[in-house]
Amino acid sequence: MKLYELSHVLRSKNSGPFAVTLDILFDDPAVYERVKRSGKVTPENIARLYGLKVEEITDFAAYDPGLGIKITYLRKTASGTVGDRDVYGAQQHAPLMNIEIPDEL
Amino acid sequence: MVTTLISPCGILGYGFPAASLEKALEQSPDAIVVDAGSTDAGPHKLGAGTAIVSRMAAKKDLSLLMAGARRLQIPLVIGSAGGSGARKHTLWTLDIIKEIARETGWNPRLMVIWADIPNEAILSAMEEGRVTPMSPNVPELTAESLAATNGVVAQMGAEPVLKALEQKPDIIVCGRAYDPAPFAAVGIFRGHDPALCYHLGKILECGTLCAEPGTAKDVMLGRLDDTGFEVWPADPVRQCTPVSVAAHTFYEKDHPYILKGPGIELDLSRCRFTQTAPGRVRVEGSQIRYPAYTIKLEGARLAAYRTFVLAGIRDPLLISRLDEVEAAVKESVRSYYSDIDPESYQINFYHYGLDAVMGELEPDRTLPHEIGLMFEVIADSQEKADAICASTRSCYLHYGYPGRKSTAGNLAFPFAPSDVSFGAVYAFSVYHLMTVDDPTEFFPAEWVEVSAE
Repeated sequence: MKLYELSHVLRSKNSGPFAVTLDILFDDPAVYERVKRSGKVTPENIARLYGLKVEEITDFAAYDPGLGIKITYLRKTASGTVGDRDVYGAQQHAPLMNIEIPDEL
Repeated sequence: MVTTLISPCGILGYGFPAASLEKALEQSPDAIVVDAGSTDAGPHKLGAGTAIVSRMAAKKDLSLLMAGARRLQIPLVIGSAGGSGARKHTLWTLDIIKEIARETGWNPRLMVIWADIPNEAILSAMEEGRVTPMSPNVPELTAESLAATNGVVAQMGAEPVLKALEQKPDIIVCGRAYDPAPFAAVGIFRGHDPALCYHLGKILECGTLCAEPGTAKDVMLGRLDDTGFEVWPADPVRQCTPVSVAAHTFYEKDHPYILKGPGIELDLSRCRFTQTAPGRVRVEGSQIRYPAYTIKLEGARLAAYRTFVLAGIRDPLLISRLDEVEAAVKESVRSYYSDIDPESYQINFYHYGLDAVMGELEPDRTLPHEIGLMFEVIADSQEKADAICASTRSCYLHYGYPGRKSTAGNLAFPFAPSDVSFGAVYAFSVYHLMTVDDPTEFFPAEWVEVSAE
């Protein structure tokens, strides 16, 4: 299944004017665990998907009580200045949606 | 000992249902605290000294909050006044409060805490190596870039607010503040664990965003006790669940369970979230560390002037060779204005429908049947931006690319006139941490006379 079908919330937003953060939240602990264990949502895969260097990803963390995974990366252009395309960073999540999460045996 | 806080909305001036505030005021609150700030809308608000919300909206919210605080005789604390919390924004907020006070015949004890940081203090801290960028992609801070910045603010922690609370004001207006700090200050003032106070502040500062359905435009309550806190929305149509509250710390933050603020680092990895009643969640186990005390400096400078054009493109022959046509248009404009320094302006094309939202990060390059074209000219004066944009527009409109069939025009303009003279563009020139000895040193508080006029 694709990540957008499995997740409850899939969004992006500024974390300050120099970073964008991606949130993948779930409403079912089993699904959250399945995605976490899938090996598909990793800093390396996200970097490849977004054309980033792995070191441009500044935070990658899962938080069990919140059933979520967070990825934060540095912006190429700061929010709201010349060359920025998304002042709030609110539409940078779409490439995550089609990540294929394999069925578990 | 319990302390109950009301957070009416995520940003003062976003609005909230008056009925929700009434319900919240029935729960024996000890203070109303509201955050007014954000850097989400970019550097323009701070650079240009304008507010996020309209004066009318700020006055509407403040009227209800002041009436509630007055009726219950509880303090009203406002964080990051006017959005960016610089002197100009703070004065704007004080002016509205004074106007409401006059109109309602109330003479509140009003205190302001300023958050403007003098350049000299930053320069000497820079010399002593006490200023570091928030991340490697923040522009380098120099004496020159600091001088070009339209005033620097810093986010205050809870300490300056605590000091103000000791003087028993009715209303405290804070300049720029760490969003959770005004909430945390009230809890710490009343003797609660700072870890719980900051964590509660982090949740409350967004209104009911941690509930489902979530919104920043409704009233949220939090109640601190000796071992934890509880949160619940004033309107039971919204419900908090352990997951919705735990997941809230994902919002707009680098990390889901390590939260850094002025002089603090919250660690929420061991928190327990439990449902205590329908819609109501209890939180325990928040932990706090106290690293070296730093305050976050924020400043914006004028970067350039912009003129832009919106147009549609429906011709597939043109859509298939946009890059080539635009390179030629650019070249033609550059050669026409050969007397203007090419370094003093730039022409940028954005293709909605193709990659305008993500730019070079866009993985999907499928050509659409229609393109929303936006192009802008960025220059060091508005006059220059206007002139070059006009030439770019006429050149693009009539450009005869190889194989063209539509010889009457390449662009569908939705508006007449087509060119929009946008005005100034700002940039964050300061986004740095500064180590300080005293958390209150740069945040002086003073009484404000209300009945002076």
